[in-house]
Amino acid sequence: MSTKNFRPFNLKKTIRPGETIIQSLLFVAGVLSIMITITLVYELGKEALLFFNNPDVTLAKFFGTTEWQPGIGKYGIWPLVTSTLITSFIAMLIALPLGLAAALYLSEYASPKVRSILKPILEILAGIPTVVYGFFALLFVTPILQSIMGKDNISVYNMLSAGLVMGIMILPLISSMSEDAFSAVPRPLREGAYAMGATKLETSLQVVLPAALSGIGAAVILGISRAIGETMIVAVAAGSGPNFTLNPFEAAETMTGNIARISGGDLSYGSIDYTSLFAIALMLFLVTLVLNLISQYVVQRFREQYE
Amino acid sequence: MNPNKNHFPEGDAFRRELNGRYRSATIGEVLFLSALLIAVISLTALLYNIVDGAFGYTAYEYKVDPSTITSKPLNELTQPELVEVLKANISKGAYNKLNNEQAMETRSQADLLSLVLERIIRIDTKAVWSLSDSLFHKTEIEAEVAEKYPDAKLEFRTWLTMNFITAPMSSRAEFAGARTAILGSLWLVGIAVLFALPIGVGAAVYLQEYAPKNLFTRIIQTNINNLAGVPSIVYGMLGLALFVRVLEPLTSGSIFGVTDSNGRTVFAAGLTMGVLVLPLIIINAQEAIKAVPDSLRQAAYGVGATRWQTIWHHVLPNSVAGILTGTILSISRAIGETAPLIVVGASTFITVDPDGLFSKFTALPIQIFNWTTRAQPEFHAIAASAIIVLMVLLLSLNATAILLRNRFQRRL
Repeated sequence: MSTKNFRPFNLKKTIRPGETIIQSLLFVAGVLSIMITITLVYELGKEALLFFNNPDVTLAKFFGTTEWQPGIGKYGIWPLVTSTLITSFIAMLIALPLGLAAALYLSEYASPKVRSILKPILEILAGIPTVVYGFFALLFVTPILQSIMGKDNISVYNMLSAGLVMGIMILPLISSMSEDAFSAVPRPLREGAYAMGATKLETSLQVVLPAALSGIGAAVILGISRAIGETMIVAVAAGSGPNFTLNPFEAAETMTGNIARISGGDLSYGSIDYTSLFAIALMLFLVTLVLNLISQYVVQRFREQYE
Repeated sequence: MNPNKNHFPEGDAFRRELNGRYRSATIGEVLFLSALLIAVISLTALLYNIVDGAFGYTAYEYKVDPSTITSKPLNELTQPELVEVLKANISKGAYNKLNNEQAMETRSQADLLSLVLERIIRIDTKAVWSLSDSLFHKTEIEAEVAEKYPDAKLEFRTWLTMNFITAPMSSRAEFAGARTAILGSLWLVGIAVLFALPIGVGAAVYLQEYAPKNLFTRIIQTNINNLAGVPSIVYGMLGLALFVRVLEPLTSGSIFGVTDSNGRTVFAAGLTMGVLVLPLIIINAQEAIKAVPDSLRQAAYGVGATRWQTIWHHVLPNSVAGILTGTILSISRAIGETAPLIVVGASTFITVDPDGLFSKFTALPIQIFNWTTRAQPEFHAIAASAIIVLMVLLLSLNATAILLRNRFQRRL
């Protein structure tokens, strides 16, 4: 055999331009999400800065007064903040105990068959558009509240109804995250409790629940973040017009509700109304961002605990 | 179980305590189950509330007596007769406008009848009752109508009809339809998917197959998870600032020679929706790609395939069902989103269907919001009907996703 035509393999890395181009395109797609965040922060920050740079707006007014009407020179953010906190608080008051109880039942008690029936119901609740929840709050829950408490004691638009329905909306989130936390608790822990003669309730409440506490914490934080950012339920049912009150039976506009109402009207670019919306949106973004980061951190640490 | 309690009861005391513990265990289980029951009841109440609103008696009066227009009962008029009635009773300009929208001869009898009712006879709804009231309190309703509105007709009305789905918007709830809104929603979702799917899958492939395990990759991953948790209304603000305002030449189409629009177009809103669902699509696609067994990749590398060949011929075909499932779920999220659309400037009243990227638009959830917040009960009835349309749309999307998932699971 002649060796004249033999060419040894070239073991050097072949340069393939096609591969490189594709890889760079994919890299760009991956980095785009960072670009989105940067643009988001930049745009929100730029307009919010315009708002705060307005000589009329001072931080003392922003945090020190209790009326919000940027169009006529009233810059106190508190009425929007209190109503956001009240609706979120009511929502968590509903969602946390119900979500935890539902999760405990699904993970500790339910047979696979019962679970396969009940779990999809929670998933359906999670998939319903929030504007539909708003319809439900305004046209079902509010009339019921009015007939219980009397029409004079509770207004047509009120924070209670919005908060209650928001609680039902957040319930599936809390329950599915807590269920994940419960199922991550190792079986031997439960078996140890049973071996000592503990009942199922005692095991659930005194062994499983404490062991999953960080996961529940993460769920609660994420739930609060969701409640603060929720728009349509409060826009429909909580009322329009900022109102500085702690009374849940009254109408009061939340931060998100204010953005929705003002931006839905005629809005000229650069006006104080326009920039004020970005100031609110920036606050929303930062608050939810911090909450989400804490929640993710807690979940990650909690995973490491048992793995 | 209490570690501080340092007593060991015996005999009867032991049995009593044990029974007490068993009792509280039972009570606990019942309480936990009742939380789920509350969820079930809430869902039932919500669905009941919607269906209850979409059907029921309405009392209405005619502003113009039909007998002054035609001798026959309205329902018996034929298609050409109805055209004649329209021609004779509305202004020439209005007739021509209607004719231009759709030629009279091609319109159906039902369509023409509702035109006659809307333009000439002009229904004036006096009262609306829910389905449950209509079923259980029929006599009270009849008595009330006879007393309060002696001239009114009482009729059981199904608000959700074929006509409701196919008719354009109207300022009168009795004739309003959801066609413009449904088409708007479809346009939005289409644009959002065309924008987000390629980028989302690309990003997922990069993160799963190419990205080195370093700080930068971790930042990208954390960032995507965070973007998924940003409130949707904040995305709306991004859309308003970026797509509607800064990129106005692009989104209004003025660089393409379109002159009759500002930035508040279906294109800008669709892009906003695309940005909103992008993190969801990336996360879902990553999960799908993660589920492809490594042995497949190694086999491909083993026969000398390049990285991209491996991805294109083996990884993607095996994860396509998962990616599609995730995409459909993201679509169902997008289709129900309302807040960002309000912010980027959806029109609440528009009778023209979207006909291109640069047209004004409305969407189903926007109409639901708009109709729900109106004071008149007849608008609540069409809001309920629109909700049913939206929920059916969502249900069929989710059913498709579940079917896909099952099929996918069987194959692997």
